[in-house]
Amino acid sequence: MEKTVKVLKSATIRFAGDSGDGMQLAGSRFTDTSAVFGNDLSTLPDFPAEIRAPAGTLFGVSGFQIQISSEDVYSPGDEPDVLVAMNPAALKVNLKDLKKGGTIIANADAFNDKNLQLAGYDSNPLDNGTLKGYHLIALPISKSTNHAVQELGLNAKEASRCKNFYALGITYWMYDRPLETTMEWIEKQFKKQPQIAEANKEALKAGYYFGETAEIFTTRYVVKRAHLEKGTYRNISGNQAAAMGILAASIRSGLPLFLGSYPITPASDILHELSSFKNFGVKTYQAEDEIAAICAAIGASFGGSLGFTSTSGPGLALKQEAVGLAVMTELPLVIANVQRGGPSTGLPTKTEQADLLQAVVGRNGESPVPVVAAATPADCFHMIFEAARIAIKYMTPVIFLSDGFLANGAEPWKIPHVDEIPKFDAKFRTNPIDFFPYMRDENLARPWVKPGTPGLEHRIGGLEKANIYGNISYDPANHETMVKLRAEKVSKISDELPLIEIDGPSEGELLVIGWGSTYGAITTAQERLEEEGINISRIHLRYLNPFQKNLSDILKRFDKVLIPEMNLGQLAMLIKAQYLKDVISLPKVQGLPFKAREIVAKVKEVLNITQQKEEVK
Amino acid sequence: MAKEKSLMPVNLTSKDFATDQDVRWCPGCGDYSILAQVQRVMPSLDVPKENLVFVAGIGCSSRFPYYMNTYGFHGIHGRAPAIATGLKIARPDLDIWVAAGDGDLLSIGGNHFIHTLRRNLDIVILLFNNRIYGLTKGQYSPTSEHGKITKSSPMGTIDHPFHPITVALGSAGTFVARTMDRDPKHMQSIITRAHAHRGTSFIEIFQNCNIYNDGAWDRFTEKDTRPESVIYLEHGKPLVFGEKNNKGIKLDGFKAEIVSLDDGKYSINDLLVHDETSRELAFILSEFMEKPGFPVPLGVFFKQNKSCYETELTEQIEHVTEKLGKGDLEKLLFSGSTWTVE
Repeated sequence: MEKTVKVLKSATIRFAGDSGDGMQLAGSRFTDTSAVFGNDLSTLPDFPAEIRAPAGTLFGVSGFQIQISSEDVYSPGDEPDVLVAMNPAALKVNLKDLKKGGTIIANADAFNDKNLQLAGYDSNPLDNGTLKGYHLIALPISKSTNHAVQELGLNAKEASRCKNFYALGITYWMYDRPLETTMEWIEKQFKKQPQIAEANKEALKAGYYFGETAEIFTTRYVVKRAHLEKGTYRNISGNQAAAMGILAASIRSGLPLFLGSYPITPASDILHELSSFKNFGVKTYQAEDEIAAICAAIGASFGGSLGFTSTSGPGLALKQEAVGLAVMTELPLVIANVQRGGPSTGLPTKTEQADLLQAVVGRNGESPVPVVAAATPADCFHMIFEAARIAIKYMTPVIFLSDGFLANGAEPWKIPHVDEIPKFDAKFRTNPIDFFPYMRDENLARPWVKPGTPGLEHRIGGLEKANIYGNISYDPANHETMVKLRAEKVSKISDELPLIEIDGPSEGELLVIGWGSTYGAITTAQERLEEEGINISRIHLRYLNPFQKNLSDILKRFDKVLIPEMNLGQLAMLIKAQYLKDVISLPKVQGLPFKAREIVAKVKEVLNITQQKEEVK
Repeated sequence: MAKEKSLMPVNLTSKDFATDQDVRWCPGCGDYSILAQVQRVMPSLDVPKENLVFVAGIGCSSRFPYYMNTYGFHGIHGRAPAIATGLKIARPDLDIWVAAGDGDLLSIGGNHFIHTLRRNLDIVILLFNNRIYGLTKGQYSPTSEHGKITKSSPMGTIDHPFHPITVALGSAGTFVARTMDRDPKHMQSIITRAHAHRGTSFIEIFQNCNIYNDGAWDRFTEKDTRPESVIYLEHGKPLVFGEKNNKGIKLDGFKAEIVSLDDGKYSINDLLVHDETSRELAFILSEFMEKPGFPVPLGVFFKQNKSCYETELTEQIEHVTEKLGKGDLEKLLFSGSTWTVE
């Protein structure tokens, strides 16, 4: 049969199934293949906190969304064009997001009475007509997979596990993806289980050929290569980027890297990655708890290493007393907080930006800490590097903020060559003449002395220190001097920060301010508005404490300021407090990133532009 | 040059380890004795002063680093073992000591204490056990005896205490010892042995808080009652105690009993012989505190050679580096699936 080929600018696909169905794997293989193929892309993994939630349940549904494009793409897409639903629960949970008229590829074998009941369906949606508005392709994916692998002698369970590759194969055909990247990956991944490797490859091919031969698929979509800047690329997630960024900081500063960490979702991958970098001399230490992890990192910093600790919100809460200790002892330290839904245990696997205030002001006493935030997965590399640079130059702890969306999401990254990564020097004091532990340099940083240096024996600690001399001091005026010095040291960092660049007109009616992972959705929204002839201005803050110097001036040039953020208005609060500027807050706390259309709708509302029929959530 | 330097005697005296800071413990505090013994032992350890680091948490005893003219870190409550762990992993060349009180090490820092012991980093932990919270002015601690009346337990504590030695043994500690502030010579010898041990060396020191818990250890520390109340442990020697060295400990199965050497029924050959290498025996000895009429053991309960965390980590790094070659950042960045846009 002749098949139509349709060229698309971009496409959004969501894989959904049980948490044991291998949907994250299918999604990440699609991602890798598309990246190597040359698309620009952005991904959004969305999975439950339970490792293997009971099969078939709504809360056990795991999803992975990816947008591929032949143009620049900033977000994983608002609405999927295609939904792969491996069971009724996956359909139920994800259908509301699917584009009207979108395609559903459903595993009909899983739509049995038990699963339908678990998902709360009275009758089978695949044949009761409720999906009429969509392009429904119901296939016996389980049976076909079993059939494809039957000659390899796998047991029923093993055979059934291959069905994600069968489904993936179908999507590869639909979107004209090459199979090689995934084939190679399977071979490497299942090197020790050649039978399983063979089965997965067979399933992938079977799915692909099914697409080609079956008459159900009438159209094949082509998303061409994106015109990316010249260079060598790789696909990278935020956590990978953060791990490599801190390693790069260690190598470019010549400081040994020490990571103290305690496993916590969604930050654990940073610990995993760095644990595998042992031949770089990286020392990783899985501590007994979050507090031990940061205290060990402080101990390592005292010893002359680049001390680093990685965590997520609840872990940062536990670490805060120790962050204060690093403030007081004025030791360099990088704290990575991969934010998740809170408070308390909250939504461990979902994203949120509600730790901004915790990072900026969440400690006892006047405890200033520089805070930086990454905008995209790859930006984690640059911003954690920047965190380390600031920490060492100013002898201070620095908090690096990422979030679950950035940590697990991925994008193509133009890889920098090592000689393009700036070098910076860590200075250690060795001269005992006129040495005082709290004597400051031009950046107000105190000297860093490695124990083992003769003649410079000294004591530091959490008690207030006498200015310059560093002995314990309870003197009232000294305390105020020291509090002010510590504050000044951090606020002075803004002197050297790059100025904020405005995307759009440099003055006007509306400025949208983003920070962290809202970058993609806001940028996409701005592009869409432009297409409609609505010009807004946009800035994105990577430095949250201190703010860049020209922020004050920029704020003055706009009538209205809109801040979308995944919290109830924390950046809005900081900006209002610091600049006495009224701002409009667009909060979202659903454990999910913003959709561009939500921001588009809010901008129109703020600008009093009549809404077209768009639904605002 | 370097070789010559390392052969040069350090030639320090205890005075070289005193700082210019006034010691601010209450007059009569047992901490003074501990500071004096540590300073006295230091020169004999032959460690360059700049390689010594004292780490502490919070509490009276945790001011210790300020009084040692070495490198020092006064941390936050309970976290000294964690800070020391990071420092030791980063800098295995340093000689690291932790000074902590019973509230600091066993209550708020209990988690770090047990995990540091099992990891067996090569450091020394000095526990200043006075069975009370001193710096916060007199609340009961995890080692306070049941029923103790304190500011926070006006009707007597209903907490059961635990014994630091038992906790240390149960946490896979590799050097577990006890001494007391009123026996300087013994303390010096135990500190010296602890320092010589490769691994985490834990010393419980009976220390008197003369303000909030005066006389807590009197029965064991005062000259007139001491001989009947304590028993000095020595590896390979029978367990004898008493004013006239006329009593001993005999083991009947797992049960220890006190026997007299006077009535002709038992001789010294019937007594339990101390074996530092037996954790089982150490557990039995650690329970003497709970047994009315039994002498409290002082000395080294247990000592075991086991690999140290920081050594194994260094070996792993060396092994992987040998296998894979020294890490190359450029290679790492460009690893995995990459593609080039021309």
